[in-house]
Amino acid sequence: MFSYCTDPEILGQLQWLSCYLTTGKHFSFYGSFVTVLILLAITAPTALAFGFGGASIARSRIGPISWIGKGYIAIVRGVPDIAFFLFFVIALDQAFEFARHKVLCPEWNEPIRQGSDFIVCKAAKLPLGNAPQWIHETYGFFLAVLTFAIVFGAFAANVIFGAMRAVPKAQLETAEAYGMSRRQTFWRILVPQMWVFALPGLSNLWMVLIKATPLLFLLGVEDIVYWARELGSTKNAKFTSYPHGDWRMQYFFFLLVFYLAFTKVSEFVLERIMKRLNHGQATAGGEAQRKAAV
Amino acid sequence: MSCWETVADYAFRSIGFGERLLPRSDFTICQQATLIGSGMIWNVYFGIVALFSGFVMATALALGKASQSIWVRKPSEWFIFLFRGSPLFIQFFFAYFLFLNLKQAVPIFSPFTSAWLGALVVLFFNTAAYSGEIFYGALLSIPKGDTDAADAYGFSGFKRFRKISWPTMLRLAWPAYTNESIFLFHATTLVFFSGFPAYQQKGDALYYANYFADKTFNPFVPYPILAGYFIILSLVIIGFFGVMNKRLNRHLPQEQRRKLRIRPNLIR
Repeated sequence: MFSYCTDPEILGQLQWLSCYLTTGKHFSFYGSFVTVLILLAITAPTALAFGFGGASIARSRIGPISWIGKGYIAIVRGVPDIAFFLFFVIALDQAFEFARHKVLCPEWNEPIRQGSDFIVCKAAKLPLGNAPQWIHETYGFFLAVLTFAIVFGAFAANVIFGAMRAVPKAQLETAEAYGMSRRQTFWRILVPQMWVFALPGLSNLWMVLIKATPLLFLLGVEDIVYWARELGSTKNAKFTSYPHGDWRMQYFFFLLVFYLAFTKVSEFVLERIMKRLNHGQATAGGEAQRKAAV
Repeated sequence: MSCWETVADYAFRSIGFGERLLPRSDFTICQQATLIGSGMIWNVYFGIVALFSGFVMATALALGKASQSIWVRKPSEWFIFLFRGSPLFIQFFFAYFLFLNLKQAVPIFSPFTSAWLGALVVLFFNTAAYSGEIFYGALLSIPKGDTDAADAYGFSGFKRFRKISWPTMLRLAWPAYTNESIFLFHATTLVFFSGFPAYQQKGDALYYANYFADKTFNPFVPYPILAGYFIILSLVIIGFFGVMNKRLNRHLPQEQRRKLRIRPNLIR
């Protein structure tokens, strides 16, 4: 990157490092931090939407529908989430390809599962065999986001379902007494009030989501863990002009610090939001603020 | 080959007994269930050892964080923040490479680079930090009347802690601690995906489930089997902690006893 970088062997330590840290691969490494942030930015609202949907379905008065919602919430309990991550990435991919196969190649009559193979017609492949590299990467990332949203949506549904039940019964009864329909009560009384109850759980979930982002690596996305392993491993002078020993420990230490800082900042921001939401509320938090102000 | 033969061959495959070669083709459900079950030995081993050793350290951390002395409080706070604020996955990676480097300087560390010890140490510290925070919260919410009563009866120092504060702390923390221990067992599945090598394909339950999913390209069999095992394991843990909960609450009047509410499963 810098003009003095043409011959790294003769550089002083500091200059060497400045050249080393600005190689093309390192920019891919820095870019992968953006990948993580994009993942968080897309996943958080999507998971919240999934969670809201799940919780609303679980509240349904019709038995079988509410069982679907409750089943969705319950399915992530008792089973390690990483198993879900590994499961959904393959399962979703196969589900999409299967659906496309049914639509695009109706004349195909061989079975799809042949022994240990999953075979769909060429036109149904996702992404198409002749697609450029970036489509492959985007598709992989899309699957990862969807997987995260499904798993974390179930957690969010659990939190929101609890928050909906925490809204005082008297509020809902009052709404009924005013002649509101079930739908009106839900949208005008229940939903606006439940957020205060949901926020502690949701902010906890956000922390958990941050700490789940390294699992992107397991889903086959070239994320920070991938690059840290790649860049940190021993580099031979034959293949690179920046040879070094096994630096993976240093790279992972950097990731550790990154996550600690990210957690700390999130903690700070969430505390501010909670303070604002509590303002003037008839909860313990609001009461404490009132007392402090007097 | 009948299912019983498969069980005889593979039931202890994950710890190195029985048939060396994993099945390569024509996978039966019996083979998958047996091998994944065999892998559960590792999950149970990591979970139980880390849980019991972590319990002791968690108590120490909670007391440290509640301590008056800044020399004790700050290190405890930092330890808890370090392990709760970063992903376990990264902790595993970092610890593995740290042990690799240490091994070159000091040969004593060579067993730490294998999962049975190295990953165990990480899980031990991790669960100690998480449970330490839970215990700390419980320690702060011990009713003032309890400690006042202890003073009135002439309890002081270690005796007061042993007889009054500690049991009350455990009683208050128990529901959250139950969840934490279920997380811990779930977290053990990360071990073999995070640098720690599975020598001779001796891995945990998820390692084998992943192996089968890769080979058969059909995730709909191995992962539900794994899920089944973990649900059973969770139920056993809940049962065990329920018995303990009853014992911790046995002196309270019936209506004050706290039921164990289980809300497990958030990743770390």
